[in-house]
Amino acid sequence: MTAAQRADGARRRAASGTDREWGTRDLSVRFGKRTALDHVTLRAAPGQIGAVVGGDGAGKSTLLGCLAGAVAASQGEVQRPPAARVGYLPSGSGVYPDLTVAENLAFRASVYGVSSAVAGQRVTGLLERTGLASARQRLAGQLSGGMRKKLGVVAAMVHEPELLVLDEPTTGVDPVSRADVWWLIIIAASEGAAVIVSTSYLDEAERTASVLVLSHGRQLAAGTPAEIMAGVPGALRAIRGRPQEDEQPRAWLRAGQWRVWDPPGACAPGPARGGAGRDGGSVIQPDLDDAVTVAELGSELRPADRVEGAGPGLAGGAR
Amino acid sequence: MLGMIVKEFRQLRRDRRTLALMIVMPAVLLIVLGYAASFDVSSISAVVSGPQAATAAAALHPPFHAVDVAPGQDAAWAHSQLRDGKAVAAFVTGARPQVLVDGSQLFAARAAVTALASLGHSGGAGTSASAPLAGAAPQILFNPELKTSYIMIPGLAGLVLVFIGTIITALGVVRERETGTLEQLAVMPIRPRDVFLGKVVPYFVVAAVDLGIVLTIGVSVFGVPFNGSVAVYALGALLFLFATLGTGVVISSVSQNQGQATQLALMTVLPQVLLSGLIFPLGSIAVGVRWISYVFPLTYFTEISRGVMLRDEPISGLWLPFACLAGIGFAMLVLATLRFRAYLQPAEGHKRRRAPAPEEATALAGAGERK
Repeated sequence: MTAAQRADGARRRAASGTDREWGTRDLSVRFGKRTALDHVTLRAAPGQIGAVVGGDGAGKSTLLGCLAGAVAASQGEVQRPPAARVGYLPSGSGVYPDLTVAENLAFRASVYGVSSAVAGQRVTGLLERTGLASARQRLAGQLSGGMRKKLGVVAAMVHEPELLVLDEPTTGVDPVSRADVWWLIIIAASEGAAVIVSTSYLDEAERTASVLVLSHGRQLAAGTPAEIMAGVPGALRAIRGRPQEDEQPRAWLRAGQWRVWDPPGACAPGPARGGAGRDGGSVIQPDLDDAVTVAELGSELRPADRVEGAGPGLAGGAR
Repeated sequence: MLGMIVKEFRQLRRDRRTLALMIVMPAVLLIVLGYAASFDVSSISAVVSGPQAATAAAALHPPFHAVDVAPGQDAAWAHSQLRDGKAVAAFVTGARPQVLVDGSQLFAARAAVTALASLGHSGGAGTSASAPLAGAAPQILFNPELKTSYIMIPGLAGLVLVFIGTIITALGVVRERETGTLEQLAVMPIRPRDVFLGKVVPYFVVAAVDLGIVLTIGVSVFGVPFNGSVAVYALGALLFLFATLGTGVVISSVSQNQGQATQLALMTVLPQVLLSGLIFPLGSIAVGVRWISYVFPLTYFTEISRGVMLRDEPISGLWLPFACLAGIGFAMLVLATLRFRAYLQPAEGHKRRRAPAPEEATALAGAGERK
């Protein structure tokens, strides 16, 4: 994949007038009586990478499946290109274990109407850069988990989609392969694709253009990483020692140090609060990891007044 | 060990389909098959032709019963009636009386021969001694030596295809579900009907090759005649394969895993073996159960296969089994397409726009802002 090819892809996209935004608006998904997504709005801008973060069961896969067309919406809107212009990696690898790497890619190219010559030219560079070139004739089922994920991402990109939806492409992948996967993601965005990635790694999300935080199917925060970090309501303290009993519901351990979140209106911490031999800790600037934790704490502590009481970053995205 | 037993029971309780199969199916199968498992032929259909047909028909003794009496018809007509499967026996009156028996309906033919012999004089031919069929010895057509292999191999060809077609195809969609690729298929620009055909065609080719091998062995090793039209047989096989493979895909689409798919496939295969007329004559199956036979494609293919191979039956005489096979095949196509649509086009059921107008895209840009 050369810079010229990437520029060519972006030019083609611009020429076809397809530089539109995709996404969801007030999307709700219900499976029987269970609400998997509750009024979630997600934007996917061309040439940009957006991240969807959240814990297990947050609704990330449902949201991405809905955006890609694999899951039906119960309410709200989904805006996506035609199926032929969407690339999707489900939470698995989405590849056939009993086909070789080359056969998997050939099948994908065939379904999307990409000639084998064009597809071959396109994927050769991607495979070489990600260490899959030597595994072309190996069965996908015999690849390591990381290699299978990389194959899944390459397969989702074969047809140069306008919207690339990747569900946890780096989960269970070693650091080197994670770097390879992100190289592929950046390539897709540089070609002009709107890329949406779900991830459990907040250091990855911090590098994206926009982040959507989900918890139990509800949208806790949305915006750029900087906006989400700036939108943390109240104050965040790093303390030495253990938090006091009343602080424990708002405290978590990170890198060996306790952090305590003080919601707006909470008593300002001071040395007196810490008691003998302790202090109230120092107020620190939250990073994205802290911001997401605070968002989840805020929703758990005050589910009824979460939107009203929380700051703009928690309310669904100051932009 | 107790922990293991408890765990197995818990898993079994959650796999309700397997539990139901284990508890309900034995009783159902025993009742159904108990009524089906019979080689006894108590009634033998017969046509009577020739100038004294009415007299001969009136004189017929059980187990023979006349289904058509045609005084104006001759031996050729009677022969054609047997060829087209309209009756098992034909009585031709006139200057040269004849008694014809369809040997391709083995058990009925054997019963006919036995009944004729038991009347004590070959000239009686199932009628009283004074009947106008005196001197006529039974003549067995299509399978003169009443060989079992002649009737089993044309049916077994279909049975082999049922096993391959239904069971192996039934695993096709489930495998996609288990490997997570069904979700991938759902977002691809591929129509449910194309997925169905894409799943069926490769197995179709393999099954067609299988059929060729089975027939070659049947004809060359077991000496089964192939008297009819290859084209008619091929058309019947095509429709049968389509119906059988379609059944497999439908089974696959309603199963959650390969175990369930195999169970369901076996549930359709076993009754087909016993109720299709392959082993037990359809006429011997109790009426209350016989209708099940007419749901299975193997019933019709066995009829076509025996008709074409042994009796040189033309397509005009087989229009009903052909039409039924086509109907079953079409029903399977529709069912499989509907099931695939539920899996592969989940988003189609909800209002959405694929390409928003620019002003809508602008509106969307503001949708994330706090209201």
